Amino acid sequence: MNFKHKYVFLFPGLFVLIGILIFPIIFTIRLSLSGWNSYTPEMNFIGITNYIRLFTDDPRFWESFFRLSFLSVSTVILQYIIGFALALMVWREIKFKRFFRVIFLIPMMTTPVIMTVIWRTFFHESLGPVNDLLGHFGIGPILWLSDPVIAKFTVIIVEVWQWTPFMFLLLLAGLLSLPKEPFLAAAIDGASSFRKFVYVTFPLMAPISIGAIIIRLIEASKIMDTVFVLTSGGPGTATETSSFYIYIKGLREFQMGYAATLSFTYLVIMIISLTIIAKVLTKLMIKE
Amino acid sequence: MEKLYKFLKYTFIILWTVFIVAPFLWAVSTSFKDFQSVNSKVTYIPWLDFEPTLEGWRVLVKSPARGGVDIVEPYFNSIFVTCTASLISIILGTLAAYALSRFTFKAGFVRNNDITFFFISQRIMPPIVLSIPFFIFLSTIGLLDSLLGLVVVYIVLLMPIAVWIMVDFFNRVPKELDETALIDGCNPYQAFYKVVLPNSIPGLIVAGMFCIIFGWIDFFFAFILTFTEVQLLPVKVVALNSSITPWWSLSASALISVAPLIIVAFVVERYLSKGNLSGALK
Repeated sequence: MNFKHKYVFLFPGLFVLIGILIFPIIFTIRLSLSGWNSYTPEMNFIGITNYIRLFTDDPRFWESFFRLSFLSVSTVILQYIIGFALALMVWREIKFKRFFRVIFLIPMMTTPVIMTVIWRTFFHESLGPVNDLLGHFGIGPILWLSDPVIAKFTVIIVEVWQWTPFMFLLLLAGLLSLPKEPFLAAAIDGASSFRKFVYVTFPLMAPISIGAIIIRLIEASKIMDTVFVLTSGGPGTATETSSFYIYIKGLREFQMGYAATLSFTYLVIMIISLTIIAKVLTKLMIKE
Repeated sequence: MEKLYKFLKYTFIILWTVFIVAPFLWAVSTSFKDFQSVNSKVTYIPWLDFEPTLEGWRVLVKSPARGGVDIVEPYFNSIFVTCTASLISIILGTLAAYALSRFTFKAGFVRNNDITFFFISQRIMPPIVLSIPFFIFLSTIGLLDSLLGLVVVYIVLLMPIAVWIMVDFFNRVPKELDETALIDGCNPYQAFYKVVLPNSIPGLIVAGMFCIIFGWIDFFFAFILTFTEVQLLPVKVVALNSSITPWWSLSASALISVAPLIIVAFVVERYLSKGNLSGALK
């Protein structure tokens, strides 16, 4: 089928999207070559000065980037393992199957910032229930939000709570769409549950797993809301991610030009690294 | 062995359920507390640990002038922005997805897959990268701090999701369906509108729900691009987080903000159990 009409279907969406995005992208690139800040709020041209500053004199950005990589990769791995386990558990018949499916989905329907506000009271070091309950067992008090190392784990806990359901949903939808024949064949061969998983379920799920992991990595690389409310990047810079650092530079210190440089560099790194990760995962998980 | 496995399985499921439910239970309990029962020591069960009060819920509907929080207006703002942006994204996204699923496009080295990837890849864009230029863009055209400005921005967030789900869905709707309609004398628009669309309702519902979820839960753009004229729900709730924290009204407003979408969890589960989602989400 080939019609002139095909453009009528495609173009409204395509051009609305391009129309909304083209200005911000060109503007960011242009802004990144300027020295726009609160003293000189104008679009002057200072060449690649900002980029030189970023690559030679800004360890804080690179630290925030590695922190972001650590946080997003570790949360996505945890989400994948837990999400897969949960999906397998409610895939076949168990008691209250539909009840548990709904429960496991609920966190992804809740607004991250709002739940983080609740988590913040939950992990409050003197008035929160976690330290209180642990105190009854003689543990703690644990400095959930003010210890630089533990604060990272608090962020991970909240992120895992929030987004494991999304992983669970994608994987369960995948499991439910699998063909029945390979499982019958494995049952006839008398394969154990473990062998069935390793030789049948997991390979069949590989393409779906890769899709789910990449979607989650894309979303996790934008971690911002949680950090913003839970720790504001603190204590010190212990939980500061790239987005948050750009936010501080751009909208708190009003170094717009430099923030645009950071934004553009960050976007390019993101696109390159996600493409590489997608390629590597495909190689690792699909063995023909 | 089998018994041990079963035991571990149920233990895990129950522990995970407790983990999911815990913050909600805590919020429900906190929303009925007063200053005394929040600040003296940690309390859990109403009547047993503390005397419950409705103050936390009452301030939600009071006007700010009388010491209230007034989340009614932000609530309707959030509903308006989310629904409008979702609707526009679904309409434009579905049309584009249909084109990408049924017709072949060629322009230089660009093929269908590249166009689909272009749509979906917009999700990679970190909000912070867009927020600064959007801030300046919207203030130039006078849409800063307005509902319309937010709708424009949310379309960028939501249309990729609509295209992602609908392309896969249309790929599963048999092509013979529209071909038969065309032979029967429909033009391509009629074939799409009268034959394909009615057969795509499950896909449209799933795409719609995802748009609504990702629109409703956004905080960052609303936070950067609006100030006083227009406030969305998440911004309003987070604003309560500052200064002296009134945990009771904070918990009450948080609960009431997340409540509507919990219904979505039931709908998603229904589609999942009927097997409709498996096609739409791969």
